[in-house]
Amino acid sequence: MNTASVSLGTSVSSQSRFVQLALAAFLGIFVMGFVGFSHIDAVHNAAHDYRHSMAFPCH
Amino acid sequence: MTLFRNVVFIAAIAGLVAGVVLACMQAYATVPLILKAEVYEQAGGGHTHDHAAAPAANAGDTNAMTSAAPAPAEAAAPEEEGWTPADGFERFAFNIVANVVTGIGFALILVAASEFAGGIGNWRQGLFWGFAGFAVFTLAPNLGLPPELPAMPAADLTQRQIWWTATVMATAAGLGLLAFRKSLPLALIAVALIVAPHIVGAPQPDSFESPIPEGLHHQFVVAVTLTNLVFWLVLGGIVGVVRGRLTGTATGLRDSFA
Repeated sequence: MNTASVSLGTSVSSQSRFVQLALAAFLGIFVMGFVGFSHIDAVHNAAHDYRHSMAFPCH
Repeated sequence: MTLFRNVVFIAAIAGLVAGVVLACMQAYATVPLILKAEVYEQAGGGHTHDHAAAPAANAGDTNAMTSAAPAPAEAAAPEEEGWTPADGFERFAFNIVANVVTGIGFALILVAASEFAGGIGNWRQGLFWGFAGFAVFTLAPNLGLPPELPAMPAADLTQRQIWWTATVMATAAGLGLLAFRKSLPLALIAVALIVAPHIVGAPQPDSFESPIPEGLHHQFVVAVTLTNLVFWLVLGGIVGVVRGRLTGTATGLRDSFA
């Protein structure tokens, strides 16, 4: 697969690059997990229709 | 942290747009079916679900829910079920918020993963990445755990969440190996990773007896799958466009995917 030759944040070292991308991914997983998987009742009820519509395990 | 900032910026825009698109599709395609299922749930006196706490007096009048009457939710016992948004606008508004917030969450995962592989160069590459996201987060887990309506029987929640998460991770790893490693043994491992969760099998309920008509459920499965497909394609496409603008490479030079 072709990749973009101009990447985001080219000036950063590869190690810093890895850390920042991993941080972004973990932030995304945390947000998704909180809304979609939290067992807290209020969170479940607020996102109830969303959970069903995304086929997240619910109830 | 410029890279992190750029990733968050792209994900925020793509997640916002795709989330609003998905919420609008859900308002027409999936939420009406959920409301219909709740009518069956209340008529059947189901007690496994939040909205079932509405008094039986409402059972004959549950069509009011579809006409956005707030009364049943307010009548529900809040001390047992916790806070619940009132039916109608409030419930719809919270659905939009949930869609946008998780849209940004999915976008963060998509952008971060694609940057490891060199980044999404344009909207067409974005469509393929979006389709991969659809396969990982919708197709694979839904094979074992089909979208379910309220009042449908299901196995233990935590076990299903564990299976769902494991399936998503295994499918993502498998697709990644297939796409970015050019070796036969790794390709075989990739196929094994994608197939394995379904051999193990998703946690299933003891009995499939359900008050929900089969036709309604089938309609819901189709609606969920298609709305998610459009969501992921929009998400990937917009990531490609915004990223192209940001890096100044939106020239269509890399239109070919292979």
